[in-house]
Amino acid sequence: MSHANSNTDEPVKAGRNSEAQTSSERLVALGGSVLRQVPGPLIGLIAVCIAFSWMSPYFLTERNLVNIFSQISEIGIMAVGAALVILIGGIDLSVGAVVALSLMVNAWLYRDFGVPFVFSSLVGLGVGALVGLVNGVLSTYGRVQPFVATLATMSACSGLALYVTNGGPVTGFPDWFTGLASLRIFGLPFESLLMVTIFLTVAWWLTFRPTGRSLYAIGGSEEVARLSGINTRQVKILVYVIAGFLAAVASLVLGARLDSAHPTAGISDLLSVIAVVVIGGASLAGGSGGMLGTFIGLLIIGVLRNGMALLNVSPNLQPVVIGIAIIIAVMLDRKTAN
Amino acid sequence: METNAPSPKGLECRGLVKNYGPISVLKSVDLFLAPGTCVGLIGENGAGKSTFNSLVAGVVAPTDGRMWLDGQPYEPHSPSDAIQRGVALIHQEIRLLPGLSVAENLFLGALPMKAGRIDRRYMEEKARAVLATLGVHVDPRRPVRGLTMAVQQGIEIAKAILRNPRYVIFDEPTAAVGETEAEQIMGQVQKLKSEGVGVIYVSHRLDEVRELADEVVCLRDGHRVSHWTERPVPKDEMINAMVGREFTFKHHPPSPSRDKVVLEVRDAGHSGAFEGVSFDLYEGEILGMAGLIGAGRTDVVRTIAGADRLDRGTISVDGRGIRFRSPKGAMKAGIFMVPEDRKGQGLNLDRSASENITLPWEKKLAKFGQITGRRVAEIGEAQKYRFDIRGRMSLPVGAMSGGNQQKVLLAKWLVEEPRVLIVDEPTRGVDVGAKMAIYKILRELASAGMGIIVVSSELEEVLGLSHRILVMSEGRQSGILSREEATPERVMSLAVSG
Repeated sequence: MSHANSNTDEPVKAGRNSEAQTSSERLVALGGSVLRQVPGPLIGLIAVCIAFSWMSPYFLTERNLVNIFSQISEIGIMAVGAALVILIGGIDLSVGAVVALSLMVNAWLYRDFGVPFVFSSLVGLGVGALVGLVNGVLSTYGRVQPFVATLATMSACSGLALYVTNGGPVTGFPDWFTGLASLRIFGLPFESLLMVTIFLTVAWWLTFRPTGRSLYAIGGSEEVARLSGINTRQVKILVYVIAGFLAAVASLVLGARLDSAHPTAGISDLLSVIAVVVIGGASLAGGSGGMLGTFIGLLIIGVLRNGMALLNVSPNLQPVVIGIAIIIAVMLDRKTAN
Repeated sequence: METNAPSPKGLECRGLVKNYGPISVLKSVDLFLAPGTCVGLIGENGAGKSTFNSLVAGVVAPTDGRMWLDGQPYEPHSPSDAIQRGVALIHQEIRLLPGLSVAENLFLGALPMKAGRIDRRYMEEKARAVLATLGVHVDPRRPVRGLTMAVQQGIEIAKAILRNPRYVIFDEPTAAVGETEAEQIMGQVQKLKSEGVGVIYVSHRLDEVRELADEVVCLRDGHRVSHWTERPVPKDEMINAMVGREFTFKHHPPSPSRDKVVLEVRDAGHSGAFEGVSFDLYEGEILGMAGLIGAGRTDVVRTIAGADRLDRGTISVDGRGIRFRSPKGAMKAGIFMVPEDRKGQGLNLDRSASENITLPWEKKLAKFGQITGRRVAEIGEAQKYRFDIRGRMSLPVGAMSGGNQQKVLLAKWLVEEPRVLIVDEPTRGVDVGAKMAIYKILRELASAGMGIIVVSSELEEVLGLSHRILVMSEGRQSGILSREEATPERVMSLAVSG
């Protein structure tokens, strides 16, 4: 990405210079003071967008932008949960495997036992929340480090996802369900609206509800939070349950789009999800980050993937670019923090 | 600049200035330290003592001014450079690695090697010898984790001594230890002095400075305001120089009526920490809790406040027996604790002062389940006014001075009035001005009817503040003294009674 950036920066500057030579200095000065107020990830997002709109004429079309939104819905929903877990200083490695397991359980009950799809979906959501509960209890009452606890549940969930159908995929969901994937409301995909709703709800919870706000206190220092009369274990368990539940919600989005359930679906999303949260400015040490940053991180990942696809960048190279983006984001964040 | 040649022996600083951007924290400070002597450095928090230490120890470079070491120009550009030149700084905070052995900690960065391997035997023998000269008795092979603060401080000193320094700066070495441990540490300083080492001794405990220092320098607002060269330095002069105003130590709290028991503790115990603690706390009473470090004082109050488990015994508030298992439960019963460790237990230094203050109260402050930033700021401003906190409440509390942080910590627990307030080391690392302000707050709360427990390692503080004093010794309650009975000698004899 560093390559792509340096290529595009120059033409942008040149264009601005020729258009507004006199006011450019003032603009730069104004830009400087505004930039300091704007969160770092947003600058990255704007830079990436400018770069791609320069390189591909299709990038800024309405259709493509809607596409980006649609493609990131599933990761976005998972990232909300992952961001909450990282905010309290934990980590949830099991989210990808939970997507696979809850989708498989859902499809398996629907196909092999004739359970009405609404109920099998609810069971799928329950499985997600249950895995979250296990993660939460292990990492609080069980005193297992969250990395280890969720590594174990990740392993168990991906195994169970294969076990229920003996590794076979399930196809053929009800039409009304798969129809949701192509449903548009005000021209926007249903799944994207769902994601945005989840982001807004959680952002409200984090900003205005005492329990949500206590996540920052717990992430900053659990002992300070506990001595302040916060039931830290209860809150932590709740956060893991939310993360598991949202992963199960993401599995429904995935299932509707693919009209099938595959036992390894979502497993590879784990790294993207953590990348989104980290690029969004959260620290793995806990106590910092939020929904706005995570949303911007999500858009950066989405735009990068989409733009690289438009430019025919080899799919094998794309993770390399994502890796570079993570490093740049974290280093910029460190710089602005200092 | 130079009016006369620097002394051929000793550490000499002339006109040291340090600016951070437009802010000047040290303004032309002179200091001379001869070998084998001790200069006491005193001043309120924020007076520039730590900055001065950092300059001398090579942690930061001065903006202006010069230093000489035994007549040679001395411009350390890093702490290791300073150590090589023979100047060591012993930090206020202990920086040992808990998982490594005592010996490994001592030799960290310069592990003795033999045939490509670490020479453990040499290392352990040398460690044992150095520790013995300091009077620290600890097995060099055991890990540092679990050692008392005084022993850890002794290891820090030993670590510095191993590098054969000729000048040592002690930055509040006794801030976190009790009286006996403090005396041990002071003995170690005396020993260094007698071996010809020059010592700069920084402390808020003026009695220690008076005992150790041959000269005393006082800083205020970055200026050197006083310099005494004759012992003994009068204590009230020192205090006046520090705070910059006339000041008297007076503790005359009115006695409470003693007709209503707020808190009743009977045979309380927490396995491995303390046993058999029983006392009553009356409405309007300040009960001091004295004892050596490790006597279990903090464990007792943590248990009363629900932070640790009550294994045996009973606790009642206003006659109602309570069983709680968390700080949350204790708060519901009306018992609040201001913890001793600001950084680790009391405040989240990265969050704003207002957010820290409202943290325990958000559920109560919420309207329709919502709490807004404006509400948080309102409460913060109200507490700022009430507790005379200096500094912006919207900035991270870590940016405030120690005294103001301590006021924020008190303010955090006093958004609503508890029945029982427990304060653990309420003035640790706090300057004299803030100290007086905190005493005043505590007295006012008591006279309004609150029951207060004060845990303190400073005997003077416990004696001056309390109506009665409970003394702990090795996990047991060794006695309760009324104010009339409580003399420093009696408290100490109970504290060491075992």
